[in-house]
Amino acid sequence: MTSVPLDRLLLWLAAGLYLVGFAAGCLNLARRQPTPGSRLVLNSLLAAGLILQVTGLYIRGLAVGGCPLGNKFEIVQFVAWSGMVLYFVVGPAFRISLLGLFTAGYAGCLAFLSLLIPEWDAVHGVKLFGNNPWIELHASLAVFSYGAFGLLSLTSLMHLLQNWSLKHKRLDGLFWFLPSIVQLDQINFRLLLTGVGLLSISLVVGASWWMRDTGSVDTLKLTLTVGVWLAYLVALVLRWRRGLLSTRFAWTCILLFATALLSLGSVNSSRHHDVILTPIR
Amino acid sequence: METQPAVLFLLGASHHTAPLAVREKLVLDAARAAELAARLRQTPGIRELALLNTCNRVEVYGVAADATVLSTLRQTLCEVTGCPPAETENVLFLRHNHEAVIHLFAVASGLDSQIVGEAEILGQVKSSYEAALSRKWTGPVLNRVFQKTFQAAKHIRTNTAIGEGQVSIATVAVDLAGKIFGDLAPVKILVVGAGDIGLKTVQAFQSRGARAITVASRTLSKAEEAAAAIGGWAASLSALPEILQTADIVTSSTSAPNAVVTAEMVGTAMKHRRGRPLFLVDLALPRDVEPECARISDVYLYNLDDLAKIAEGNLARRRAETVRCHEILAQRTASLWPQVAQSLNGGG
Repeated sequence: MTSVPLDRLLLWLAAGLYLVGFAAGCLNLARRQPTPGSRLVLNSLLAAGLILQVTGLYIRGLAVGGCPLGNKFEIVQFVAWSGMVLYFVVGPAFRISLLGLFTAGYAGCLAFLSLLIPEWDAVHGVKLFGNNPWIELHASLAVFSYGAFGLLSLTSLMHLLQNWSLKHKRLDGLFWFLPSIVQLDQINFRLLLTGVGLLSISLVVGASWWMRDTGSVDTLKLTLTVGVWLAYLVALVLRWRRGLLSTRFAWTCILLFATALLSLGSVNSSRHHDVILTPIR
Repeated sequence: METQPAVLFLLGASHHTAPLAVREKLVLDAARAAELAARLRQTPGIRELALLNTCNRVEVYGVAADATVLSTLRQTLCEVTGCPPAETENVLFLRHNHEAVIHLFAVASGLDSQIVGEAEILGQVKSSYEAALSRKWTGPVLNRVFQKTFQAAKHIRTNTAIGEGQVSIATVAVDLAGKIFGDLAPVKILVVGAGDIGLKTVQAFQSRGARAITVASRTLSKAEEAAAAIGGWAASLSALPEILQTADIVTSSTSAPNAVVTAEMVGTAMKHRRGRPLFLVDLALPRDVEPECARISDVYLYNLDDLAKIAEGNLARRRAETVRCHEILAQRTASLWPQVAQSLNGGG
């Protein structure tokens, strides 16, 4: 009998807690009667999940000698984790009703999916970033920006649902508890700004090293990464100039995130593991 | 000879038992209420007293030395109000002991109200009790029962869905505006038509923080008059296309035979609004806003039927919740009653 490695066990438990939180939140909604402290229960489950997930990722990080972003499994786990971290930053600041529930479902599904597909957790070498903390920062910031974009796709989905419910006069159940259209529009803009900011810093850091050795990153990865960044940047500029608004903006954010997620596999598989970059001293 | 136990009683009539014509006769103004209280307090055997007098109910709560005293209550009430006893035959109801307690719990919680779950009744029960307390009409039994009533009502309002969802047209519109704009303080409101319905709806918006209000009417003087009454600005109806570019909420209630707010007008205005949503509340019959406006992106149109349907749905949900509320109140009454019974008979 093979035993589950500790890091994966913790990640399983974290995913389980996220999904339990999601199920409990859905149950509350179905009863249309939030019990006192239901928000606290949900946040406690998510916080416990977050701690388990970060512990699991930390153990794996120790094993690989750096930030665990070496395969699709680790990247997806990191995206789910960063979404949850951002929820705990954004949630209390903006008091977005139901965001915790949506984040629980999103992070739980992503984490679970990555655990269910063993092929995603392919063995990879240690010292993934060649002991270069800048490359590690570049990678982790890039993936963390995906967390912001993930959360943005959730708030965009909430925007679309609220718009649909108001247009079709269906205000019962889940729709009753959704935040206002204007509030969602404001949070969408701020999340997009955060995501683009993080990705831009990541690309600046990455580019400064790439300039020293342009062969260290292959064309596919470069094209996809810059393409995703450019697409989000265009969306940000259009939104800022009020050329892309409301439901069209929400749909754009969801489609962009789906594209960005799908491109992750290609970005990861085109990584040059044999290129070892070390900081100039 | 065996002594009869003291009794907690309730004598009353409400919208459930009395038609409006009878309730009109039974209503107690300040003078009548004082007279009734004086008469009842002079009645031998009446130890404690509190009167609950609202537009939908007249209820006398009290403690009597024994049940035989109660026979005079009905007659006294009829004499004071001038309502013929024959008309009160099936209208006045008498409840004893824990039945009186559970009734008061239900009344204060809004379960017995015409609009189930309304919160105003709790304030009215509190005022009635405070009036009785200040005049020293109450004693240990009623004091305990009323205090527990307030606790029970608070519990019901906090832990059940009895007060959830708005049940009037105006407050439903305000709730919907909250779903679109969140905070209503920075929202600009345009009232088309200077009639009562529109102005009452605006008052509901004002109660939720809305400040910038413009009244537009075909006759400018009417608009000015209405605007002065609600603290807003006046405009002529001809300025509607321009105002639509900046207003966030438009409530319309004119008596115009044709649409006042057209889809073309709204479509043009939306081009200048740069994605800011527009909430159209059509309170007129025939309708003031062309239904095609609802198809325009970021425009949310609700007419009288839509608002009424939401209000009815909320009311139905409240009614469904009453079953659970009554169960909770029955449990609370059961745990309270032994202490009250002890108090009634001279203990604790």
